Amino acid sequence: MSPAVEIKTLQIDGKDVGARADQTILEVARENGIDIPTLCHLDGLGDVGACRLCLVEVKGSNKLLPACVTRVQEGMEVTAHSPRLESLRKIIVEMLFSERNHVCSVCVSNGHCELQALAASLGITHVRVPYLNPKLQVDATNRRFVIDHNRCVLCSRCVRVCDEIEGAHTWDHFGRGIDCRVITDLNQPWGNSDSCTGCGKCVHVCPTGALVEKGRAAGEMRKRQQFLPYLTLMREGRQ
Amino acid sequence: MSKIRIATVWMDGCSGCHMSFLDMDERLLELAEHIDLVYSPLVDLKDFPQEVDVTLIEGALSSEEDMEKLHKIRKHSKLLVSLGDCAVTANVPGMRNSFPVDSVLKRGYLENATLNQQIPLQVIPKLLPRALPLHEAVKVDLFIPGCPPHRDAIHYALSELIAGRVPDLSTHSHFGA
Repeated sequence: MSPAVEIKTLQIDGKDVGARADQTILEVARENGIDIPTLCHLDGLGDVGACRLCLVEVKGSNKLLPACVTRVQEGMEVTAHSPRLESLRKIIVEMLFSERNHVCSVCVSNGHCELQALAASLGITHVRVPYLNPKLQVDATNRRFVIDHNRCVLCSRCVRVCDEIEGAHTWDHFGRGIDCRVITDLNQPWGNSDSCTGCGKCVHVCPTGALVEKGRAAGEMRKRQQFLPYLTLMREGRQ
Repeated sequence: MSKIRIATVWMDGCSGCHMSFLDMDERLLELAEHIDLVYSPLVDLKDFPQEVDVTLIEGALSSEEDMEKLHKIRKHSKLLVSLGDCAVTANVPGMRNSFPVDSVLKRGYLENATLNQQIPLQVIPKLLPRALPLHEAVKVDLFIPGCPPHRDAIHYALSELIAGRVPDLSTHSHFGA
């Protein structure tokens, strides 16, 4: 016998939907064919609400709420698409482009990049804020992989997959705000990391060309993320 | 109906956008019935004309000469179009932006040169501190991203402009290739 499931009913973009009480607005929206753009979310990883692309309006709240970490409530009236939200999502992605050096044309992930695809799907044809052109490092000390901070969007998928799935916790954050970086171990070169198992999960969950395999030319890096929900499912089945 | 006066300009880019323009092939003949190409790297004319309806610029804004040209072009163009990623984002020319200009010149003309190692002071225009997207200096009316933008995107944009409509490029072209 499965335990009693508590059901909540709510509205998303005017559509009546039913959900389990432990579900997030994002899960329920996607189950019902309502797409909310995301960048940091990845099926199979814990959510952190880092990218803010999934912000939605909830009636009665004067704040925008990230759909990936907001649980459904009875009678909620959620707006996932409005001119205001579309315009906020656009400027968020534009700011991501301006904050680092994403040069799509020469990127190994050109054509297979979630940031690039997101810009296209939001109809972004140019970036309205000035580019910051920061001077950032590329760490190629690992035998098989490269971390290029120029293309990192700080989604923290690498940090989470390494901690939650691989159990190594090689990756973490360092610094705050615009100075934030992902680091390996205690901010040591990746090649010197004692904790890294070399599994490559971080590379394949990375949405951009920040974490890539060595030896790839422009447009050649395709990520394989199918393993993640499968791994999670298998582990749940064993518990 | 009088023909629309079109100009194309090549700034700091690889000419790939112009190649993509030429790649419209036989459709260029149809376009030619509606447009007059009054200034272009493909046309032998030295000075930018007084009145142009649509100017498409390829390339980033990289030198003092580019800046001077751009302001002149803006003044004489009704509609200014950023053609391709260099004009839209600074793209590859902008990859020098995280280094100071003098170290870029030193790298290019001294460290990597085998003959006549010297930084040019004459003829070659002075570089701006950073290569910029055009819209960081002047008002740009339309953006066609892409490296290069697909010939269909350029064709669509021009066809819409000829028909007197404002093209919506958001579903026709995107950053990168």
